[in-house]
Amino acid sequence: MSLKHDIEFTLNGIKRRVTVDVTMNALAMLRDVIGLTGTKYGCGEGECGACTIQVDGVSLNSCLMFAVDCDGRNVTTIEGLANDSEADALRDAFVEHGAVQCGFCTPGMIMQADHLVRSGCCGDTDSIKRGIEGNLCRCTGYKKIVDAIASVSGAQN
Amino acid sequence: MNELKHYLAPTSLDQAVECLKDGDVTILAGGTDLTPQSQAGRVKIKHTLMNIRHIPQLSGITLEGKEIRIGTLATITEIMAHPLVRQHLPVLVDACNHFASDQIRNAATLGGNICNASPAGDTLIPLLVLDASVELASMPEAKLYRHSMPLSTFFVGPGKTRRSLCELVTCVRIPLPAEGHVARFHKLGTRPALDISTISIGIAGTLKEGILSNVRVAFGAVAPTPVRASQTEKALEGQRLDEATIEKAAAVARDEVKPIDDVRASAWYRKEMIHNITKRILSHVAQA
Repeated sequence: MSLKHDIEFTLNGIKRRVTVDVTMNALAMLRDVIGLTGTKYGCGEGECGACTIQVDGVSLNSCLMFAVDCDGRNVTTIEGLANDSEADALRDAFVEHGAVQCGFCTPGMIMQADHLVRSGCCGDTDSIKRGIEGNLCRCTGYKKIVDAIASVSGAQN
Repeated sequence: MNELKHYLAPTSLDQAVECLKDGDVTILAGGTDLTPQSQAGRVKIKHTLMNIRHIPQLSGITLEGKEIRIGTLATITEIMAHPLVRQHLPVLVDACNHFASDQIRNAATLGGNICNASPAGDTLIPLLVLDASVELASMPEAKLYRHSMPLSTFFVGPGKTRRSLCELVTCVRIPLPAEGHVARFHKLGTRPALDISTISIGIAGTLKEGILSNVRVAFGAVAPTPVRASQTEKALEGQRLDEATIEKAAAVARDEVKPIDDVRASAWYRKEMIHNITKRILSHVAQA
């Protein structure tokens, strides 16, 4: 029997109580226990960023986080940005710039872009490129993604 | 059988070191190494998994006398952004800047990077040339006991340190660099992000009127642990940083390291890069 633990945390603005395996990562908890499948499983080792979520205001790879470590924290997933005006602007910009092709990297890309925009870390395209270094896209070649984020953050060059 | 039986998240240092007494504990901080290592079966979680993230004494970056204290839980992002570190330890900021990706920098802790003891650990090389020491806490009797150890003696092998199973790394202490202190870091890899060093080099010292003293040289990814390069240090100590000194030191560095062939590079390439980049760093310092 694997060891279980009860945790309580805020998920997308709502308090949740969940029982998780102690060795489970936050990504597995979100997808398999809670059923929020917007956060994607790409590589499972922090290389691809498809599983990016925000915890206490910073972006993290949910595959590199123990689910039990969500206890007491404020967690936001892509679903939590559904009715958020700042995130709406990002989503619209991704559509407008054709920054989505297969779409698998998009939730992670939006979560990271949202973190960058909110923390004011994307004043120019170089800092946007640097900010999304941990997010892999195998379709669009990044230019459209960088352009989409720049159009929201007001970045020049 | 030491199968996982307990999960603990202590809120004080005393509780944490008390828990460590039985020695059968896996420590969790940022989780960026432990999660993939445990899921891939490379690390087995012991009888107890202890999350130390709720212990306030392990956080923070402060000036204490003539030392900067960086709590074991400080994340790479916090270190990079901190005014004390930016002002006094720019070489550490530089290394943090080459660390993984934003998401990982936001979670990974300094104590974790040290205790993971990778020969290629990005923060370890600047910490070595900055004469950092690690503070360890334990509870041999009923009272909290702390002692310090120079980081240069802390590493034993890949993933292995001198931390005993009942000790916790509480912080890193770095002496405030003296006037005229120069320090440089270079990480060589195939891409700028999420890369494990092919080699990395740190060089520090006091530069006065062209003469380099108190020289510290450290290399990453050329030995089973991050290493200080004592012969290269000797070749530089008290010398004028002219072309002949630089060439000699770079040659000594190349002969001093004993790297291995692996997926990232051959031993030959690593030795050549140690030579070339040592030379490049020293030339930059000489011209600065």
